[in-house]
Amino acid sequence: MKILEEGKGKLIGWRDPDENRQWVLEHKSRKLEDKRMTAADAVTRFVNDGDFLVMGGFGHIRVSMILIYELIRQGKRGLKMAGKTAVHDSDVLVAAGCVDEIEVAYTFGHELRGLSPASRRAAESGKLKIAGEISNAGYQWRFLAGMMGLPFMPSRNLLGTDTLKHSSAKVVEDPFSGKPICLLPAAYPDVCFIHVPRCDKYGNAQIDGIMVEDFELSRAARKLVITTEEIVDEDFIRETPDRTAIPFFLVDAVVEAPFGSHPCLMPYKYYFDEEHIGEWLSVSKTDDGVKQYLDKYVFGVADFAGYLEKIGGRAQLEHLARVEHYQEQMRAPWVDARKDGGK
Amino acid sequence: MADELKYNGTELLATVASRMLEDNKSVFVGTGLPVVAGMLAQKTHAPGLLIFFEAGSIGPIVPQLPISVGDSRTFYKAVAASSMHDLMSMCQSGYADYGFLGAAQLDARGNINTTVIGDHAHPKSRLPGSGGANDVGSFANRLLIIMRQSRRSFVEKVDFVTTPGYLSGPGAREKAGLAAGGGPYRVITQYAVYDFEEETKRMRLRSLHPGATVEIVRENSGFDIIVPDKVAASPTPTAQELRLLREVIDPRGIVIGK
Repeated sequence: MKILEEGKGKLIGWRDPDENRQWVLEHKSRKLEDKRMTAADAVTRFVNDGDFLVMGGFGHIRVSMILIYELIRQGKRGLKMAGKTAVHDSDVLVAAGCVDEIEVAYTFGHELRGLSPASRRAAESGKLKIAGEISNAGYQWRFLAGMMGLPFMPSRNLLGTDTLKHSSAKVVEDPFSGKPICLLPAAYPDVCFIHVPRCDKYGNAQIDGIMVEDFELSRAARKLVITTEEIVDEDFIRETPDRTAIPFFLVDAVVEAPFGSHPCLMPYKYYFDEEHIGEWLSVSKTDDGVKQYLDKYVFGVADFAGYLEKIGGRAQLEHLARVEHYQEQMRAPWVDARKDGGK
Repeated sequence: MADELKYNGTELLATVASRMLEDNKSVFVGTGLPVVAGMLAQKTHAPGLLIFFEAGSIGPIVPQLPISVGDSRTFYKAVAASSMHDLMSMCQSGYADYGFLGAAQLDARGNINTTVIGDHAHPKSRLPGSGGANDVGSFANRLLIIMRQSRRSFVEKVDFVTTPGYLSGPGAREKAGLAAGGGPYRVITQYAVYDFEEETKRMRLRSLHPGATVEIVRENSGFDIIVPDKVAASPTPTAQELRLLREVIDPRGIVIGK
């Protein structure tokens, strides 16, 4: 195949398919065993400085915040991150200094809330390196190629744009149609965190609502830590096997974590805590503010239970559950401020 | 004019955009105004509008404004809560009639920048990047672009082509390997609606909103806009549309309050 164009973005997460296959054969246990452990133990055992980290969920939907806070608490450094719709997850990790390089599909934004002060500051000052650019579908299909044990996935996006020029993709002549086609390199996360509503102690996990790209990610990742709102019996899983999104042998650790995605949204469980996210977006405008935030909510508490008390405890969490179920209006100071400012 | 028919520029944008969405067609919507326009169309002339959200929602009846395109509001009463792979694959294979995007910068051929202002290596301002925009611009049969127009946003050359419009001109998309026949269809701003001239694939004024003139449109663009002999008047919001926007879709003014 003739190469027509090559992106100059840095290739991160790629592996030779035979090398990864061998690694899977040697390292991924097929034994049904209890994998429950604490968030602290999971991060200590399965995350190394410099790892290529990919978060499940959608940036601020069903992301494992409990593990993000734990990465910060343990002072992990030099992580390379997939900016695949990275929102609150990457913003906090970049601000805390854990991540020093990111490949961007969507980063530096909080969707309707506006842009992310802390991680933009890191990018604009050069502190955070941009490995390359890609799109959401492009990133997702990198993981699809990884999951399939293939070196790349052909696609018809990115073509003709600067996004392609700054990506790690290549354009070749398709031997079937004769037209130019984009080849997205496979990506294998070193470590992936996925938050789910329920799983058993072995890691057999169900996901409610949209899957985003967690099906592909869970299968492409080398190390996979599942955090879960609830641990259920193995029988519960086996009675409805059509509901299993992630089978146990892909999973390395299971961490029980009710409200483990706070302040992000957990479908059918709790809505965004816009008071808390608003506080973050406000204080993270300065490095001092970031430090104060982390001192208060991460270093100033022993664990995630302590954090949940600090953000308002049961009363706040029950409010967020009622908002998710359309029983109460969200409390969002940034919304009120914007409306007043707009008049 | 009756008091309730006063409206702000964003409300006008949302209603003009919503009228472009056809009943019983599919539209892939991005964050913000595209969602608002899609919701409004669904509640007025296009109850059969099939909405897609990139994170995996197919055919929801969006109950209230989602903060995120992956928000649980995006798959409320959906026909399927699926995956990004499923959704994006269907769009690539031809199921997206319309795509609907915002833009920070746009050039005369509808190429969109949402990645960076200034040099990529040393940005003046770092923006979020493509997200699903490049995918929507590549896969949708007709791309709608909704944005605020100024000399800073309508530019001769975008700092970074995040998402393909017509690239360098007629035939360029196909030559690059993009799906045949796709590309930008309309651009909607606070002043006017634009389409693209067939022979040049450059932006052309199509209709002016109330109060806007050809001079205003030209003053607020960094590139030459083709102005045909006859320019239509854009539709204006009805009382029902304004009520839906203010009371049902975005009562807290998160998007339309600006």
